[in-house]
Amino acid sequence: MKRSRIIAAGAAALIALTATVPALAATAPKGELQIFSWWTGVSSSKALQSLINIYEHEYHAKVINEAVAGGAGSNAKAVLASRMEAGNPPGTFQVHGGNGSLLSWVQANDMVPLNSLYKQEGWYKVFPKSLLNLITFKGKIYGVPVDMQRGNVLWYNPQIFHKYHLTAPKTFAEFFHDAAILKKHGITPLALANHGNWEATLLYCDVLLGTVGPEKYEDLMTGKMSWNTPGVKSAAATFTKMMSYTNSDFSALHWSQADQMVAQGKAAMNVMGDWAQGYFTTDLHLKPGSGFGWAPTPQTKGSFAAVTDVFGLPAKLKDNTPTLNFLKVLGSEKGQDTFNPLKGTFSPRLDANPAKYDAYSRQAMQSYKKDKLVLIIGQGGANPGFTNAFSNAMEIFVTNHNIPNFVSAIQSAAQSNPLS
Amino acid sequence: MQAGAPRKHRFSWDTFSAVATLIPTLLVLGVFVYGFIGWSVYVSLTNWNSLIPSNTFVGLQNYLDILQTYRFQSDLRNIVVFTVFFIVGCLVVGLFLALLLDQKIRAEGFFRSLFIFPMAISFVSTGVVWAWILNPNTGVNLILKSFGMKHLPEWFLSTVIIPNFGLGQIDVGIPLALLAVVIAAVWQMSGFAMAVYLSGLRGISDEIKEAARIDGAGAWRLFFAITLPQLRGTTTTIIIILTAASLKIFGLIYAMTGSGQEFVTDMPSMNMFQTTFQGNEFAQGAAIAIILLLLLASFIIPYLVSTLRRGDEA
Repeated sequence: MKRSRIIAAGAAALIALTATVPALAATAPKGELQIFSWWTGVSSSKALQSLINIYEHEYHAKVINEAVAGGAGSNAKAVLASRMEAGNPPGTFQVHGGNGSLLSWVQANDMVPLNSLYKQEGWYKVFPKSLLNLITFKGKIYGVPVDMQRGNVLWYNPQIFHKYHLTAPKTFAEFFHDAAILKKHGITPLALANHGNWEATLLYCDVLLGTVGPEKYEDLMTGKMSWNTPGVKSAAATFTKMMSYTNSDFSALHWSQADQMVAQGKAAMNVMGDWAQGYFTTDLHLKPGSGFGWAPTPQTKGSFAAVTDVFGLPAKLKDNTPTLNFLKVLGSEKGQDTFNPLKGTFSPRLDANPAKYDAYSRQAMQSYKKDKLVLIIGQGGANPGFTNAFSNAMEIFVTNHNIPNFVSAIQSAAQSNPLS
Repeated sequence: MQAGAPRKHRFSWDTFSAVATLIPTLLVLGVFVYGFIGWSVYVSLTNWNSLIPSNTFVGLQNYLDILQTYRFQSDLRNIVVFTVFFIVGCLVVGLFLALLLDQKIRAEGFFRSLFIFPMAISFVSTGVVWAWILNPNTGVNLILKSFGMKHLPEWFLSTVIIPNFGLGQIDVGIPLALLAVVIAAVWQMSGFAMAVYLSGLRGISDEIKEAARIDGAGAWRLFFAITLPQLRGTTTTIIIILTAASLKIFGLIYAMTGSGQEFVTDMPSMNMFQTTFQGNEFAQGAAIAIILLLLLASFIIPYLVSTLRRGDEA
């Protein structure tokens, strides 16, 4: 009998435990700040830590780094969604600026506007209006941008271009002219990696931007113009023609492998966001200019496809002060000029110190300040449901090249998912 | 119970402890399995297709929407093709290995561990390694090329579907790309089939085999008339367990091929994950999950029923 009594007591204890564990988990003690991101890579986690250090030093407070690895943020987004649904948001979280997840959280009433913080810190003058437009909805501003990356960059191998007397193509006509020459010499003109399927979407967006120009592109992305417009079709035709100049194993490659092909001289060009430059310099030890060259993708000079990480203030927090204090550090010149050089990005502040950045970033900063900023599908730029449907359409289009099917799929996606 | 004994319900520590021991399991199962299944069914019937929760009832609309997409139709084709090839592959390779090991060879323990070892590796690692091996520009094709082979297989990059007849929005047939994934999956799981078969083989009494031999049965006859029929129960068990593993397959696809061009290697689980957590279309994701559950149940429930019946007879 004694033994069974022990078992019974143990069972009762177990019940008590299972009932309390979920309640205990993941609620931060008062004053501690949970920072949620998908920055788990070497340089990005180092950069985040530098910000945390400044915050902990200035405010004598503690941070819990809640970075979730994997899937270019898709795992982190899944964890975040479950926490937000449960009414247990982290102190602040990483989200791309634009009409993607950020707008969705705002529409779900899960975010608090930061207009007064902007006023107090004088940020209306330090960040360009064009950037603040991307994170302002109905006059209210919902995030603090910490970094800036560019999504419309054509990377090329300078030795190959020099050898065949080519220059970086400024137009699609020049691109196809160069591509024909390169192909004749047995070099893959355009390296493509599409294992994640966002890479081809990025390429298409850049082609679309170059085809219709930034104003119409923005109208498409915000739902002001129908996706039935001829520009969408002709961009799809240009994209299809480009595909005939790419490597055939693109769906087996991850993005950096396409840039590796360029670096090794197997391919001449690649279209990728400027996170590629960190790969060229840090991983492959190439010098900007002599080791790798860059230019805006054809016909997109004067446009800057902005990919920016922003942090906001979630609703339903018990105490807003730690988050607001951290956002002050995040938006400050000191915070940004410490964070960005470590991460390989540049500060979106207009008064950022160029001396802290390398040759590529300095040039990108100049373009950023005068160019028109636009968003990219698949980088938090558009409605998540639309993005998913777009990427499903792309997965088919990338090999079957059926333009009418592709365009009608995007059109119906835009109809069933409001773009702004 | 003896007739005439007082029918008094006495408090017994035994009964109490039995019930108390079961309660945590029942509670955990009830909430975290059946409760969540019920919740998913509920969500799948609403129009909660953004981050704003919604409980507007829309009936089977999400199911109809999902079933009409090119992607989900491809998923259904792929999961059937994959499951059939994966299971047949594991059964054949597993039985073959088990028969070899059953020959009273030396160092049996070593070989047994060797064959079962891949099972200990995560599907993600398997996926990454096999993606390198079967990448048409690297790996095994380089060897085939050095042997002078002209038409090298495209492995998981192929978009060819055989025999390929149109049905709904998609081409129905066997996507060749899936066979590359099958190779990786069979490599990983055939050791499991081997282990189960080996125990099945050890369960066949030598007397029956001896009797058959005395009756003049040769090795082949012995295999087809005695060994195989005796392994029927074992085979069913392996099929059920591997079907469950196959229908849920995610990690291998995610790491090795992704959805594939024209969704030739996409699976319902991939679709569910992306629809739910990248598209934020929770109701549609739940609908995919429920269809997947029904598929699984249609395999598992008949098996459970038949084992329960057999248990009653015994």
